[in-house]
Amino acid sequence: MIDQITVFLENDKGRLAALCRTLGDAQINMHTLTLADTAQYGVARIIADSPTKAYEVLNNKGFRASLTKVFAIEIPDHAGSLANLMEALDKADINVEYAYCFASNNDAAIEVLRIDNHDEAEQVIAAAGFRVVKPKELYA
Amino acid sequence: MTDTAGTGRGPEKYFQPEIEKMDRESLEALQLERLKQTVARCYENIDFYKAAFDEAGITPGDINTLDDLQKLPFTTKQDMRDAYPFDLFAIPATDARVQRFHASSGTTGNATVVGYTQNDIDNWGDTFARAIAQVGGDEQSVLQVSYGYGLFTGGLGAHEGGIRMGSAIMPMSSGNTKRQVQMMRDMGADILACTPSYALLIADTAIDLGFDPAKDFKISGAICGAEPCSEGMRKEIEEKLGVTMVDIYGLSEVMGPGVSCECRYQNGLHVAEDHFIIEILDPQTLEPVPDGEYGEVVFTTLTKECSPLIRYRTRDISRILLGECECGRTLRRMDRIQGRTDDMLIIRGVNVFPSQFQEVLASFDELTSYYQIVLSNKGPLDHVVLKVETVPSFDFDEIRKIEALQKRIDAEIKSNLQVSVEVKVVEPKSIERSEGKARRVIDERVK
Repeated sequence: MIDQITVFLENDKGRLAALCRTLGDAQINMHTLTLADTAQYGVARIIADSPTKAYEVLNNKGFRASLTKVFAIEIPDHAGSLANLMEALDKADINVEYAYCFASNNDAAIEVLRIDNHDEAEQVIAAAGFRVVKPKELYA
Repeated sequence: MTDTAGTGRGPEKYFQPEIEKMDRESLEALQLERLKQTVARCYENIDFYKAAFDEAGITPGDINTLDDLQKLPFTTKQDMRDAYPFDLFAIPATDARVQRFHASSGTTGNATVVGYTQNDIDNWGDTFARAIAQVGGDEQSVLQVSYGYGLFTGGLGAHEGGIRMGSAIMPMSSGNTKRQVQMMRDMGADILACTPSYALLIADTAIDLGFDPAKDFKISGAICGAEPCSEGMRKEIEEKLGVTMVDIYGLSEVMGPGVSCECRYQNGLHVAEDHFIIEILDPQTLEPVPDGEYGEVVFTTLTKECSPLIRYRTRDISRILLGECECGRTLRRMDRIQGRTDDMLIIRGVNVFPSQFQEVLASFDELTSYYQIVLSNKGPLDHVVLKVETVPSFDFDEIRKIEALQKRIDAEIKSNLQVSVEVKVVEPKSIERSEGKARRVIDERVK
């Protein structure tokens, strides 16, 4: 399980820039940022170095940030591999709250999943032949 | 009467059961008789009322039913200030019958002065004595009065209640809190009368001194008024002191604490209707609203000899509660004060108060106490945005949880206030923090 930083953002001019600048000034490097947006607000989900420090810096600067445990799973970078993972979870009746993917190096991509049933999910993922990535492989 | 679960401490006590449980027909006959006397007293002795009656084309002879009250002119706080100090007295201040003065603080203009005859003082004491019985006290009680004594009506009002009840009185006044705790313990006080914030300070001080007043002290009832008290604060006082706390209402212009008071069922404040007529009026039209609906509280005194008042506009917002009270009293109940008319908002024709929003929001554990109401025009209609903040522990990582929260808030507001709002969850910094009174309402509507 890795720590994802989630930040609640109002749909207001300059808020995303302010968020990025705050992390930049604290010398925290981001690896991914995805933004889920609604008419009123957005939720930014970030994987970055030193997530605990990032969480503290953001809250001290008046952002509403939280840390969420998510799965990072290594996926072979070719057609159909993500489908295999999802079908395995579906068969086990494991609900995926949200998912996003980023390509890292080599021939693998990293799939990030929020699943609340941690223990069971871990077994199903392993049984389907996928590897859960450890925090230190992703961020310092 | 047998005890009911949850209220503890034996059967219901009454100080004046013949009044407190009087059938409505007899009570209304009594009110009408006293109203006629009051109107005549005002007309004959107070120039202000003579002029106001003449202007309205009314004479005391026109009052034949309780509904005729609505023909009478109003009295406002400004009228009382303008009358400073004695122009609204029905008896000259130098007359031997006038025994005492009380006055409001006058922080926002002239003080308002009221006078009391011995009958006025006795009647006042009776209403407070009822409150003592309502928290289970009687003539064997030890009453600790920790309201300030002086021109302020709290201290001496509670004191008179103790005299009329026949309780032993500890005239502590406020201040020197460690001594309050020591005396409460050593003298075995069972009833405390003070402001809710002072009750809490006494409780906290006792706990700091190493006592558990809920277990170690005899204190079992608290009569608290003169400032607003949330349900959360009431619970805290009740748990820390081990008491039943009732909210008492009164204002110096009308009499002082005792105009209305909760019984131990804590579901509205029984109005001393033998001494006062309560009306609830729409603050815009000044027409009566149906029972159960909010409006401005207006009092007419029925027995006051020195400072009678006709249709005094309190600017406090409350409503008449429907139905009968489990305590057996027939005196009607007013709800706890919801706010001031100065704070009232009219949204799509519905009268609402910021405190009503606050009450709904307080029931959501997911929210902080910061909120803001922004009013604007959307076409011909008023548009309301209700800004709220979530607590740090709220899991906003799942968007559907935010959306579900917004829907629940919207539904609660709609069912409680009859207005529809757009709930907007905002970032922590967006609602301004203020050290004094928070700015809860921003009205951007075109007037």
